[in-house]
Amino acid sequence: MATKASRASARLMISPAVILLLGWMIIPLSMTLYFSFLRYNLLQPGPTPFVGWENYYWFFTDPSFSAAMINTLVLVGGVLTITTVGGICFALLLDRPMFGQGIIRIMVIAPFFVMPTVSGLVWKNMFMNPVNGIFGRIATSLGFQPVDFFGQIPMASIILIVSWMWLPFATLILLTALQSLDQEQLEAAEMDGANWRNRFWFIMLPHMARAITVVILIQTIFLLSIFAEILVTTNGGPGVATTNLTYLIYVSSLLQFDVGIGSAGGVVAIILANIVALFLMRMIGKNLDA
Amino acid sequence: MARAVPTRTKWFNTATAGTLGFLMFFPILWILILSFKTEEDAIRAPLEVLFASDWTTQSYGAVQERSDYFKHFMNSVTISVGSTLLGLIIAIPAAWAMAFVPAKRTKDVLMWMLSTKMLPPVGVLIPIYLIFRDFGLLDTRVGLTFVLMMINLPIIIWMLYTYFKEIPGEILEAARMDGATLREEVIYVLTPMAIPGMASTVLLNIILAWNEAFWSLQLTSSDAAPLTQFIASYSSPEGLFYAKLSAASIMAIAPILIMGWFSQKQLVRGLTFGAVK
Amino acid sequence: MNVKRKLLASAATIAGLASLSSIAAAEEITIATVNNADMIVMQKLAPKWEEATGNTINWVVLEENVLRQRTTTDIATGGGSFDIMFIGAYETPIWGAKGWLTPLDDFADDADYDLEDIFQLVRNGLSADGSLYAVPLYSETSFTFYRTDVFEKAGVEAPTEQPTYDEFAEMVAKVHDPDNGIYGTCQRGKAGWGENMAFIGPLANAFGAKWFDMDWQPQLDSEEWNNAITYYVDLMNNYGPPGASANGHNENRALFKDGKCATWVDATSAANDVRNPNTSSVADVTDFFQAPKQVTSNGTGWFWSWALAIPASSKKADVAKDFLKWGTSKEYYEMVGESEGWVAVPSGTRASVHEDARLLEAAPFAETIKQAIFSVDPANPTKDPVPYTGVQFVAIPEFQGIGNYVGQQIAAALTGQATVEDALANSQKFAVREMTKAGYIK
Repeated sequence: MATKASRASARLMISPAVILLLGWMIIPLSMTLYFSFLRYNLLQPGPTPFVGWENYYWFFTDPSFSAAMINTLVLVGGVLTITTVGGICFALLLDRPMFGQGIIRIMVIAPFFVMPTVSGLVWKNMFMNPVNGIFGRIATSLGFQPVDFFGQIPMASIILIVSWMWLPFATLILLTALQSLDQEQLEAAEMDGANWRNRFWFIMLPHMARAITVVILIQTIFLLSIFAEILVTTNGGPGVATTNLTYLIYVSSLLQFDVGIGSAGGVVAIILANIVALFLMRMIGKNLDA
Repeated sequence: MARAVPTRTKWFNTATAGTLGFLMFFPILWILILSFKTEEDAIRAPLEVLFASDWTTQSYGAVQERSDYFKHFMNSVTISVGSTLLGLIIAIPAAWAMAFVPAKRTKDVLMWMLSTKMLPPVGVLIPIYLIFRDFGLLDTRVGLTFVLMMINLPIIIWMLYTYFKEIPGEILEAARMDGATLREEVIYVLTPMAIPGMASTVLLNIILAWNEAFWSLQLTSSDAAPLTQFIASYSSPEGLFYAKLSAASIMAIAPILIMGWFSQKQLVRGLTFGAVK
Repeated sequence: MNVKRKLLASAATIAGLASLSSIAAAEEITIATVNNADMIVMQKLAPKWEEATGNTINWVVLEENVLRQRTTTDIATGGGSFDIMFIGAYETPIWGAKGWLTPLDDFADDADYDLEDIFQLVRNGLSADGSLYAVPLYSETSFTFYRTDVFEKAGVEAPTEQPTYDEFAEMVAKVHDPDNGIYGTCQRGKAGWGENMAFIGPLANAFGAKWFDMDWQPQLDSEEWNNAITYYVDLMNNYGPPGASANGHNENRALFKDGKCATWVDATSAANDVRNPNTSSVADVTDFFQAPKQVTSNGTGWFWSWALAIPASSKKADVAKDFLKWGTSKEYYEMVGESEGWVAVPSGTRASVHEDARLLEAAPFAETIKQAIFSVDPANPTKDPVPYTGVQFVAIPEFQGIGNYVGQQIAAALTGQATVEDALANSQKFAVREMTKAGYIK
């Protein structure tokens, strides 16, 4: 079927997409790489001399750097744990027979469609504000001291907000996977005397394994660059308690206007992301029918 | 399904799942309620808000007056729909070629495309900003549409690819036997069969573009500012602002929430690159 | 953009030909503004200017920290997104000296505008190398807002002379009444050089601290800084509202107007809003005294102007200048007085406005504000001599980055995420790094 002519036309048809993506990748990347070797501060116009590895030195010795790495891991790990475990529970529950399943499902899924700036602001003000927020009101009316979420447990608060958005995503995908499970297989197992735990452990969980990997992979892509939720709630603070790598680079390049160091950070982030990507691609590749 | 489930079990399941579902949905419900309150009522204790205050639509009016909701709304629509359609034009030929004329490296190309999604946007912000400045694209709908098209292009190609793969090759061959040209083959045979897949691709990408909050905050200021920017202007209050913030939030998320509800099924597939169907 | 302009231009040409008269092409200008009350009023009144001139305005309303980031990026890269921006006493001289702003010296030639009427002190703060680069909507120093009713109830005399911070803490302890929803004091806690550092800076000055010594060596690990920050953290934790680390100027203003705070050291420019019965529930029971001192009274009240400037990258400078003149003219303040009430007129800029009988009647505190502003000396902000000017900021480009970082560290100390010692040690390390990078120190 694949003649030489169709090969040629196929290549022609792919080329616009490939050229665009290649340009999108290479042009800004090479500029970032180039800037990372210059002393280039937007607030200091004038010559931008070549300074070798200096920017990398400053970026790695930034006291916030190690904190940002740890925060990134905690944020991604925390959200992944909550959403995967929670998603499995939700999916199992929603898969059982009940009334009005459609409506309940719609309610569970809704947070996924809320834009990050909105969810950040709404949680910060209407819920977590210790004076006027709902949590504060409830605590006060029960006679407790209200929790100052972004002051006392900033990272946990961010994880909560981000999880609220991604839990529906995990639920939706795991539920779809669960629903494709052969009912007869389950019933046969039940006939053979397998209790619920065994059925979950040996039939349902293996069946969902592929969907779980995919949930983890795709969430990681998005969670590594969480930005808007931090920007509208804590601005990375208090201190550097909620500064992740993305936010740290944003601070150096757009709050300190140091393009050189910001670019060095960008290069570091890109390398790290590529390591993760390489690892993920291996796994994702097995799970996608390319 | 085969067995009858006791009604009591069903009620128990409904109650448990219903409670959890309600808790997940509650934040959205709460801002919906607050958006119909006055500012003074919106900061009262939750029970008082519910039972001891009047309902009003004044916050919606105030929000429109202050920050011109319709302008931002139209920008969001233009940019998300525009970037999706533009992406479709570029992605359809590519996905078609990869699905029907697979070469040895097709899988690698697909993987590479997906890997471009993993570039942290903040790493290339300054170069993009400078390029945009030089081409006069800052704060233009064209510029933002292009950027969002680029970041979603890999997903569009992937989704279309998985849908095209499912179309049996024999049908195409039969068409070719009947003397259909490549163009006719694509327009009359392939497209009708691919319409459901394309529709869900379009839906998912509109949702992603609508909610994108990094580039739209950095590259626009007023002319091209979409709803993400509109919301950001409420991030620090002047006086009481819960009701206005609620109204603005509802107006920003409602269109996409409704679209999302209608397209749950397709979403799963799109978001997992065809791995879960 | 270009196509649009061409279309507009050709449309205007056609219109001009048709009517055989020379109409200036109507322009659309973009203004970046902060969401403070006085700017919101300007936004409300601006249609009058649009009607009178035929031009239109695009408002970009942003939160203060975001506004700074966006305008600085835009101006430093020559982005040209804005034709007018609201900037302050920190940015104006630095940017003006770099040639990033359009000089406004020709305003002096306009007799109606009467540039001399604007306080000399304020004009100096907005000039660089003898050229004026921005015109002020309002100027401010800091002083103490207090609730007369709460003080009376607690049997506390308000001071008539400048109190010390120790005396201030005693007063706050007596009026602190959280069970009735009144916190002893509300101060800024939200991190940012223009947010919590605006309060911390003068506080540190009062305790005898300074940012840099005469050789530009950072001094953040000094005992004076430690005393000041320890005082701040104790004060806020004992007598402040919960969640103080999220409160900036606007949040505290809302709390104070809502009757939740007994004292608040903040901008004089908030006085007209707090004393305005239409917008505030404590309008009748608020009065003022000076911001406290401690070991020195130098630099205990900050100095700031919110001013309008035109980036050099704007291609519509003429229209923009016209708007600048309108928005800071005597007539503008008159207009605010007519439409919002005289108590709402922005203060601290024009001598004629401060002498206006209608203002003095509606806002008797205007004279206090004027005196407070006149008492500020940004050239001598500290107990010991320093190489920089600026009270709550240091007028060098590097300060934004350092101030933001130190602000974050102090916010961490406030919430108990870090000890005061650690927060200041980190700050010192950061400041040394930044000053080394920038070449001030080796």
